[in-house]
Amino acid sequence: MAGGATSGGSAVTDTYKEARNWLLLPAWITLGFLVLAPVLLMLVYSFLTKEFRGGVIWEFSLAAYDQFFFDRGLFGDDPAQIEWTYIAIFWRSIWQAGVATLLSLAIGFPTAYFIATRPEKQRVIWVFLITIPYWVNLLIRTVSMRFLLRDEGPLNSFFMATGLVDGPIHMINTNFAVQVGLFYSYLPFMVLPIYAAVERYNFTLSEAAADLYANKWITLRHIVLPAVKPGVVAGCILVFVPSLGSFLAPDLLGGAKNFMIGSLIEEQFKGNAGNWPFGAAASMILLTMVLIILVIYARAQARSDKEAG
Amino acid sequence: MATRRYDIKSYSGFLQITLLCLFVLYAPLIVVAVYSLNASESIAVWEGFSLRWYADVFTGSESAKFKVAARNSFVIAIIAASVATTIATLAATAMVRGGKFRLRAWSFGLISLPLMVPEIVTAVATLIFFNSIGFERGLLTILLAHIAFCIPFAYLPISARMQSIEDTYEQAAQDLYATKRQAFTKILLPLMLPGIISGYLLAFIISLDDFIITNFVKGAGVETLPTAIFGAVKQGIKPNIMAISTMLLGFSILMVLISYLVSRTDKKP
Repeated sequence: MAGGATSGGSAVTDTYKEARNWLLLPAWITLGFLVLAPVLLMLVYSFLTKEFRGGVIWEFSLAAYDQFFFDRGLFGDDPAQIEWTYIAIFWRSIWQAGVATLLSLAIGFPTAYFIATRPEKQRVIWVFLITIPYWVNLLIRTVSMRFLLRDEGPLNSFFMATGLVDGPIHMINTNFAVQVGLFYSYLPFMVLPIYAAVERYNFTLSEAAADLYANKWITLRHIVLPAVKPGVVAGCILVFVPSLGSFLAPDLLGGAKNFMIGSLIEEQFKGNAGNWPFGAAASMILLTMVLIILVIYARAQARSDKEAG
Repeated sequence: MATRRYDIKSYSGFLQITLLCLFVLYAPLIVVAVYSLNASESIAVWEGFSLRWYADVFTGSESAKFKVAARNSFVIAIIAASVATTIATLAATAMVRGGKFRLRAWSFGLISLPLMVPEIVTAVATLIFFNSIGFERGLLTILLAHIAFCIPFAYLPISARMQSIEDTYEQAAQDLYATKRQAFTKILLPLMLPGIISGYLLAFIISLDDFIITNFVKGAGVETLPTAIFGAVKQGIKPNIMAISTMLLGFSILMVLISYLVSRTDKKP
């Protein structure tokens, strides 16, 4: 009976076999009721009629999606034209998240590579230093960034003291501030997966390249980069996806002119102009975009796993 | 073998970029911590070192508001992390020790759902859900929402720890006539403790730090520390906000440090 192996059919596995549904039940109930059901309900809400001052009337309507994509004039009886306002907000969000992702990659890749090539004992400390800021309240980090970037903030004082510029550089409430804020918020997410990939990379490949007279940068581009690509892609997704739906950075650093999806959604549930079905529809469109990215990623991942055997 | 003229692993400039990366990550936090010690009423000028804004947080005109917000935040974080950790431990036991079963992939998908759905979408969905069932918004709605999104954060370190423990210990116990329940509570749980503590602390910080979901599901007039800070910042960054932020920042770092030290004992079971 004893059998030493930890394989699937051992005695202990049998112990939990009968109990496993009971063990999972609390998680199913909690997440089913508080996450899955609400998301499905949100889908339903996006097809309902809005009630003024928040809430919905239980009547089927495509008005929310119609409002998102089409402009039918003030009284709603003009011929439908494409409504660019909300598409532009989504496009700006994609752009801002994309710039933040590229910035994070530019800084995150060399950092991850550098850490992964340290002696093993040092690596832990470097990784820990990169992780700490992630656990610090995102709100506080964004507020810190706002404080730093103000016209009369420490960064401008520093620039003026060094004589680099005469007057303050206006940074707060610009697209640039939002990009910096997003970059700063999610930078650790870029470093960690790339670090994990480089750590697994077999450096004898680099040696082989060097023996064949490849210079270091060619080796990096053609040998290292393809080998660690899964880590790079994972890092980009982990920065891009939360940036896309972020609320704090555009709200605290971007001001009213630099609206992103998150602010558009929030406004539908907080402001006086609240339109719940429209907010639900915008959330559904955001969720769909994110799920498409994740599905493409999962498929590519499965394919490369298959190729790797 | 002939020695190479250069080290094939290292690239010039990468050290500098790494230092820049750390500088970018820490500079804003350090600046806020330093300015929280500023004696001046104004956040723009430096007038010397003082702890007056820390005193102001506890005794100043807004102290009552912050005390209530802090109590709400900590009560919610403690309960949410406890419940989420319990649920996650049970789920991890089934997922890691339960063998292969049909609902396994679905269960994993459900557990990681809060990590995949953008936070603002979860916030909207939860608000709609509570509203449609007529559940009045208040502390309880915040607590329920926190329990849900804390589960994956507690689950990940717990299941990682359980995967690293071979089930031979539990088998030995059962061979020695321990009941199934005893094998679980006397053998597996104690071995799991570092993972459970680590998961608990992470869930605790995640709950304590949450702004977006809390902001959606809280009732009018109910505040946690992040929503109170956000409200105050909208009126302009004041020195007392920097003091309170610095304390929260220090607390989070302390928690992560403890979580890290606990999980290091993992190496020698």
